Parts: sequence; structure tokens; C-alpha cells
Amino acid sequence: MTGDRIQATVRVTVNGEPRELGSGTSVDDLVSPALGRGVAVARNGEVVHRSDWATTHVEPGDEVEIVRPIQGG
Amino acid sequence: MTNPGNEPDTPATTTGAPPSAPDDDTWKLGEVEFSSRVILGSARYPSTQTMLDALAASGTELVTMAVRRVDLRSRDGENLYELLTDHGYQVLPNTAGCFTAQEAVLTAELAREALGTSLLKLEVIADEETLLPDPIETVTAAAALVQRGFHVLPYTNDDPVIARRLQDVGCVAVMPLAAPIGSGLGIRNPHNFELIRSLVSIPVIVDAGIGTASDITQAFELGCDAVLLNTAVAQARDPVRMARAVRHAAVAGREAFLAGRMPKRFYADPSSPMEGRIGARNAAWP
Repeated sequence: MTGDRIQATVRVTVNGEPRELGSGTSVDDLVSPALGRGVAVARNGEVVHRSDWATTHVEPGDEVEIVRPIQGG
Repeated sequence: MTNPGNEPDTPATTTGAPPSAPDDDTWKLGEVEFSSRVILGSARYPSTQTMLDALAASGTELVTMAVRRVDLRSRDGENLYELLTDHGYQVLPNTAGCFTAQEAVLTAELAREALGTSLLKLEVIADEETLLPDPIETVTAAAALVQRGFHVLPYTNDDPVIARRLQDVGCVAVMPLAAPIGSGLGIRNPHNFELIRSLVSIPVIVDAGIGTASDITQAFELGCDAVLLNTAVAQARDPVRMARAVRHAAVAGREAFLAGRMPKRFYADPSSPMEGRIGARNAAWP
């Protein structure tokens, strides 16, 4: 983003899929509360701690991973 | 050497302190203490209820889970993590499916964030056909994760030298495979397990390849501290009954190990004394 210009949308990748999100979308907005406990988020290869979800906004080109524990051995 | 009495080529000792009673025969991963020496996976059960019943029957306290992308389109689905923790189990996240140290480290960081535990089953595999561990990536990832404060339990080959390397970089346990994941072939190289046991002082956990109860008993008799299995229970015809067998097999093997087995002999050795036998040479016959 350049200067104070607000873009209407940002193109990002969420869990490997391209998404167009409203500018100002936070990590918190991306995570459905219905998922319950055990969700974690990484943005561009770095974990975003849960306490920072509300204040971390996606930026153009971001690669976001949203994961949870599932059955495994 | 933490386990006297079962070293290779050493006869069992008959002296020394009596072994701990089973009830206080606990073991530790880092700072976390466990009573059960069985770690179970949470995958491939016929149903969630069967899984819960099998976990209970096995007596396990620690259950493994994988970490995967959330399905963003799906809003339903049970939360297996909540279910397991609500039932009192500790969850051990794994890095299953990772092929490089870099992937494993990010997966581990996500797992720690998601589950709030530093315990980690490190799994870095070489290919999808064998699912065998890549030892070089595994040691690299283990060292990086220890630096980041993880308590690392690496899935590894049954290679004593790699096991020692993993101890050297600070892992809290080593988890050599009995046989390839999901093969159920049992311990392919028992002697390597004896070597690993003699070369490292951290807990040795047999991970992968367990097929049935006797494999577990053998693992403990060889000096292993715990076993980690999934398919052998989940894909048994009766998973709950197999889980019960697993619990008994672990206790049997551990008790046998602590008891110290008798030395093996080439020829027979009579149990009943040979002295004092009667003379029957002059007795009527037939």
C-alpha cells in the first residue's frame, strides 16, 4: 500500500486459495468463532499469536495459513 | 545407562534394589510425568465413540494429533481437540506430512500456538511411498526446534547413531520406528533397539510399525520406555479389545524388563534337583 490511500480490496492467499478481501480485514475476521479451541494462524511464514489477531490486518500478497489439530498418528 | 539388568550379552542380575511397583513406575517427557507408557494416535478409528472407548481401554494419557488447514467452506464438524482435552487427555501434536525441516518448524510453531504445548512429535519424512524418516532433515529440524524451546520427540529410523545425534541436539526422547508406518510388521531389528537403549539416556519410544500386543511386550523387554501406536488399535477388528490388550502387553513387558530376565542357555538346565533320585534298577518291569 502506498501513502494513506485506502484500497477497496486486497488480494491474498488463504490456505492456498486466492481470496479478495476488504481492506482492513483482520486475522480475527478470517477465523470463524465456530471453529472453537485449537486454531492457529500463520502470516507469511510467521505465527500470529491469538492476542494479535484483532490488530493484525491482511496486506496485499499475504499468504495466510489457518490450521487446527485433526486426527493423526 | 538407566536400565540395569537388560544390557546386551549381560546376564540378568539377581542382586540390587527391588524394582518399583507398577503404580509408581512413572516416566517423564521433559517436565511432564506420565503413568501410562502407551501413547495412542487419534486416526483411522471406525467411529469417534470407538476411539474414545479404545483410548480409555488402553489407559493412555497422551494422544497424538496432526495439524492441517481448516476447511474454510465447512462450518460444521466436531472439534476433536476439544473432545480429547474435555476427556482429560493431553494432546501430542505431530508434524506428519512434512518433508523438510523448514516445513516442520512452521508446523511445530502453529501446533504450539494451537494447542498450547511445547511437546512435539517431530516427523520429517523422505517420501510418500515408504514414509521413512529423513534423518538429515530430522536432526536439522530437531536442533532448530530445541533452540525455539520445544520438547522434541523425533520419529526416527532404528539407527543408534541417529538416535544419539538426536539426544545430542537436546531432544527429550527418541522414537525409533519398529517398522514402516501403518505396516504392522513389528520390531524388525531388535538388536538395534538394544543398541539405542544402551547409547542414549533419554526415553526411547517405539513409534510406528507395531502390529499387535506381543510387539509391545517385546519393545518393553528390549528396554523401551513407551510405545506409540495407532493403526494396530484403530484397524483391529475390535479396537477396544485390542486397546485393552495393548495396556496389558505394556505392563507385561515393562514388568518383565524390570524383573530382569534369566540368562539364555544353549543346553537344558533341570528345574528339579538331580540329587536324591530313587534307584529303580531292580524294580519289576514291565
